[in-house]
Amino acid sequence: MIEVHNSALWQTLCKTGDLVANSGVAALLPSPCGTNAIQVALFWLPAMNRVYAVENYDPLSDTFLNARGLIGDRHGEPFLATPLYKHHYRLSDGVCLEDSKISLKTWAAKIEHGEVRLKV
Amino acid sequence: MNTAHTTTDQTKKAAFKVLVVGNGMVGHHFVESLLEQTQALAVKNLDLTVFGEEPHRAYDRVHLSEYFTGKDAESLALCEPEFYQAQGVHFYPGEKVMTIDRAGKKVTTDKGRSYAYDALVLATGSFPFVPPIPGHDRDACLVYRTLEDLDQIRDYAGDGRKGVVIGGGLLGLEAANALRELDLETHVVEFAPRLMPVQLDAEGGAALKQRITDLGVQVHTGMQTQDIVAGDVCRHRMNFADGSHLETDLIVFSAGIRPQDELARSSGLTVGERGGIEINSECLTSDPSILAIGECALWGGQVFGLVAPGYQMAKVAAHHLLDQLVPAGTLTPDAPTFTGADMSTKLKLLGVDVGSVGDAHARTPGAKTYRYQDEDAQVYRKIVVSENKKELLGAVLVGDNSRYDTLLQYALNGIELPAEPAGLILPETSGGAPMLGVDALPDSASICSCLNVTKGQITDAVASGCCSVAEVKDATKASTGCGGCAALLKDVVNAELTNQGIEVNTDLCEHFAYTRQELFHLIRVGGIKTFDELLEKHGKGLGCEICKPTAGSILASVWNEHVLESPHVSLQDTNDAFMANMQKDGTYSVVPRIAGGEITPDKLIVIGEVARDFNLYTKITGGQRVDLFGARLEQLPPIWKRLVDAGFETGHAYGKSLRTVKSCVGSTWCRYGVQDSVGMAILLEERYKGLRAPHKIKLAVSGCTRECAEAQSKDFGVIATENGWNLYTCGNGGMKPRHGDLFATDLSDDELIRIIDRLMMFYVHTADRLQRTARWMENMEGGLDYLQSVVLKDSLGIAETLEADMQRVVDRYQCEWKSTLENPEKLKRFRPFVNSGVADPPYSVC
Repeated sequence: MIEVHNSALWQTLCKTGDLVANSGVAALLPSPCGTNAIQVALFWLPAMNRVYAVENYDPLSDTFLNARGLIGDRHGEPFLATPLYKHHYRLSDGVCLEDSKISLKTWAAKIEHGEVRLKV
Repeated sequence: MNTAHTTTDQTKKAAFKVLVVGNGMVGHHFVESLLEQTQALAVKNLDLTVFGEEPHRAYDRVHLSEYFTGKDAESLALCEPEFYQAQGVHFYPGEKVMTIDRAGKKVTTDKGRSYAYDALVLATGSFPFVPPIPGHDRDACLVYRTLEDLDQIRDYAGDGRKGVVIGGGLLGLEAANALRELDLETHVVEFAPRLMPVQLDAEGGAALKQRITDLGVQVHTGMQTQDIVAGDVCRHRMNFADGSHLETDLIVFSAGIRPQDELARSSGLTVGERGGIEINSECLTSDPSILAIGECALWGGQVFGLVAPGYQMAKVAAHHLLDQLVPAGTLTPDAPTFTGADMSTKLKLLGVDVGSVGDAHARTPGAKTYRYQDEDAQVYRKIVVSENKKELLGAVLVGDNSRYDTLLQYALNGIELPAEPAGLILPETSGGAPMLGVDALPDSASICSCLNVTKGQITDAVASGCCSVAEVKDATKASTGCGGCAALLKDVVNAELTNQGIEVNTDLCEHFAYTRQELFHLIRVGGIKTFDELLEKHGKGLGCEICKPTAGSILASVWNEHVLESPHVSLQDTNDAFMANMQKDGTYSVVPRIAGGEITPDKLIVIGEVARDFNLYTKITGGQRVDLFGARLEQLPPIWKRLVDAGFETGHAYGKSLRTVKSCVGSTWCRYGVQDSVGMAILLEERYKGLRAPHKIKLAVSGCTRECAEAQSKDFGVIATENGWNLYTCGNGGMKPRHGDLFATDLSDDELIRIIDRLMMFYVHTADRLQRTARWMENMEGGLDYLQSVVLKDSLGIAETLEADMQRVVDRYQCEWKSTLENPEKLKRFRPFVNSGVADPPYSVC
């Protein structure tokens, strides 16, 4: 019941079949203010039964490539390693492990009825 | 409890103004030393100003000739551009101090500004001495000291063919190297009867001359230049005292340096008879408010033209000023002093090792000399020992500096010589003494003379937790000057780690407590086919960007399944993940395989059409193929569709895998070729294509000994002989080039392939991740002999396994791009967005 009540906050982005296990894909999130869509990187970790959503833009290389990075963990904390220069961002809160002043925007994400939904 | 009081006391004090005149290596080192110490003691009242006559901030003059071999002013700089500003230093490059008002304690610059000082540090360096030969001021008569000098040399070299360096000393030979780098016919003219008369004796000078002459530099010793006039065929003609002459397009004077003491002289400071600002052991000049350091300073009647003594003076001067900046009693009473310096030098001049230690000319009364001379290998070694043969006083080395560190340590630390000192310079095969082990060095032994770091400081650093050479470098600054002590430092650090029982951790990463070689074995013997299985049986966690690509590579080496099969897709590193090479803007480059560099006109046209239709930048690679740049993610499949339809296969330029087999044109066309090198190159490339390895693998085949394919710089190089093929292995270009070792000779086609099968697969089995064959060989115990015994004599009994492993990879080859195009599931990976059909917009910002 609560889910239905809150469903306006959760936006469907894609099907679960679009995800790649232990890897990333990019998706577009329509912008609330009608400007350009936002690029989101979605990472699916089946072992933890979780989807993480972080922005696809990497300020350190000035590119939209986070979805093409490798994912792994440091002492149990999942992170992404960017494809160009291997900077590390924590998936839970987007904080850069090399420079904690830098962080990526993150969204709560979940899998429901075969769909990937983001809290916006 | 006094802290608060002291701080208040300090903040009340007016700022203490320190002006530094000169921003060379020593001036910069002084600034760094002073800042480091004032920051450590939280000194707040320092007001530091630096003037540099040159427009650049301090740069590495020791490695100046690298300016012609790829380094620019920026990469030679000693600090980041923002360094001075970030440290609160007022920095005025390109501003020259003209006068000092000692009574008023202020200076005036060429920009008409004046600055007050409490303490003034002169680090004005030196200038090149130009002998007053008539004609020395003609156009294109240059010196070699600053970046501007080098720019001028380059400009004049542009329209010239020949260049002469006047002066065959250390700097002269550096300058000769620079001229050679500029492709000039290079001559060195030296007044003395031998090269490097200060450091070398007659035999050493002769050996060096021979070596340098062999490199194509013409050396004229014992020549006195009388005048320089206009030439007939070149710009200048140099006339010598013996009546001979030499024509040249440009002349570089390198006849020694003179201290730049003009400012001190005009300000009435005491200077030496032959120049140099006189200083005492605290680096104070005759005016106690003024200090002098580096090549402009004269201590004990001597000017020190090396960077290490300059750095020592900088430290002494910084400490002296620090003493005036902090409350009395803060510093320990044992202030450092400058008490002269060891002028031993180890150099690589024009690629030739030259070393000179201590009393190289045996001037000490009673000194005895031992010499070893090998005219064939052009190696010369000499040691000078004390009368009682217990102490090493000096040494000269030409052609081989491998004994330098040992000899220097004997000399500097007064270590007692072995009973038969000659062993120190004899070849090891004839019973020469082995190198002095680092354990034999006392704690006081100076390991890094530039930064004055002792063995004791290094062992302390290891004891306090440093576990690698890099960490010790950070902690002690050892080997951050000229870098000549790097090998010795590594030995000391490793020996100390072993002494302290510290085991170097060779685990791949936190997820696997195994080396790559161990993981390879686990996967191969355990029949493990996926990363999940490997993680479950032998690892923990999710993996990371180290272990995932490593495992992906091993799985591919062993089972050779498609890298985009679903269990493997998440293991692939940036380039393998999309089977293309990601460029800095996120677009990709595409390289089709052109085996052996052989291509038909029709295929060339297809490449051209594809590049044109997709608007790709094209470039010929060093591996004899064509690289197409600027493809967006979703363009990769249609580009490859066109290429595959035309008969191309993937070139694996994105993989740690076999890249290319380069070849010369061979006996089909070339009048010197003795075998069909192109045919062999294609055979090898077709056989090994698709093999994934710890790192990329390159091969080449030359059709004769002229070696036009540069096979000796490849991982596996094949050179044709009258009787078959010679195989070289473990060569490398790149950052640290290595000539391949001759592995086997006069092989038939079948023998060649069988040996490469074994050798290459042994590399795949045993190398570390991202270790090329060159480093693999260097780190292998037993080296070439061991490798030959494993591969040629099958000493481990694994030859058959290695061949079978290779055959399995060969049999399972598929063009990864062809099979991807046939598989809709794999093609889904190339959608830029899973929920939109729009193209990948790498340049747009949202």
